[in-house]
Amino acid sequence: MQRRTALGYGAAALGVMGLTLFVGWWRVDGPGAPDPAGKRPLPLSAMDFRLTDHEGNQVGPETLIGRPTMVFFGFTYCPDVCPTTLSDISGWLDDLGDEAARMNVVFITVDPERDTVAAMADYVSYFHPAIRGWTGPEVQIARAADGFRASYERVPTEGGDYTMNHTASVFLFDAKGELVTMIDYHEPREFAVPKIRRALTEDVEEAT
Amino acid sequence: MKKSPYVSGLAALLMIAGLAAPALAGSEDVIVENAWSRASIGVNRPGAAYMTIRNTGDDAVTLTGLTSQLAAMPQIHETKTNADGVSSMTPAGEITIEPGESVALEPGGLHAMLMKLQNPMIEGETFPLTLTFSDGGEVTVEVPILGIAARGPEG
Repeated sequence: MQRRTALGYGAAALGVMGLTLFVGWWRVDGPGAPDPAGKRPLPLSAMDFRLTDHEGNQVGPETLIGRPTMVFFGFTYCPDVCPTTLSDISGWLDDLGDEAARMNVVFITVDPERDTVAAMADYVSYFHPAIRGWTGPEVQIARAADGFRASYERVPTEGGDYTMNHTASVFLFDAKGELVTMIDYHEPREFAVPKIRRALTEDVEEAT
Repeated sequence: MKKSPYVSGLAALLMIAGLAAPALAGSEDVIVENAWSRASIGVNRPGAAYMTIRNTGDDAVTLTGLTSQLAAMPQIHETKTNADGVSSMTPAGEITIEPGESVALEPGGLHAMLMKLQNPMIEGETFPLTLTFSDGGEVTVEVPILGIAARGPEG
């Protein structure tokens, strides 16, 4: 009787262990694992959206293919993150010098209601001249954000206004439109500039 | 709060001299350094100001709010960026600074958010910003307005 109980406990323990291992496998390597591709931006060639740049030109993902590209999301009514990102990028572009002229640098608004073409033109004029500002109908902004796997959300503020939460990373693509890497928000320039150089060199290597 | 013309005049003089106005109690040991802000485009967009607030005294001080002629609704906000790279901004509430410690208001973290600007923030100008503390003390700092693409107190 006692032996059977011990065996029973042993079997139960084994069962629990097996179940634990199974659950672990399911969540890490099995069908329950988070999809690593889910968070990764699509290649530019697989994206589909139609926007207008700050000079009134019709633009889309295909506009960017052929040159290395830097893209980030923001809005011009953003007092902290967006001017910081724009001035960081302006500084990186200054470091790159003439090489910066070989890149597309695009700021896509997540707040098209306030960021009209004119508002974008006004705003980007204060930063590095390579930076282009893109806006468009909300549905197209949503499609763009979806392609980049970026997210944004409108949040009301105390004064009756609203602010936007949004992905603050900078996306880097090579000339073919493949993602090279991402630069985190406010990443120091000693890390950011080599990443941009990588996007530029991958372009050169592929071209030769 | 009603101030005599003499006190207001003195405060204004001290502000012009770039000194902190005298505080009432406790918070007189607060020093504000490296204040700066970015120029605005008009008055529709909120501005932001940055600085280091140092408590040189022996007692903890609690920063409860901001006032300024420049903005009808100045508030300390905090930017947070989560693991997915999504940034959000929320009112920071009261901020306690322990003796000998300092709190940095800097891009990407805490900042003085200047909502409902009354005047445009023009590069090269300065504006007074008053920090209010739980002991009733106030510290006024003259904040330089740098270019819209400024990255720090040096521009």
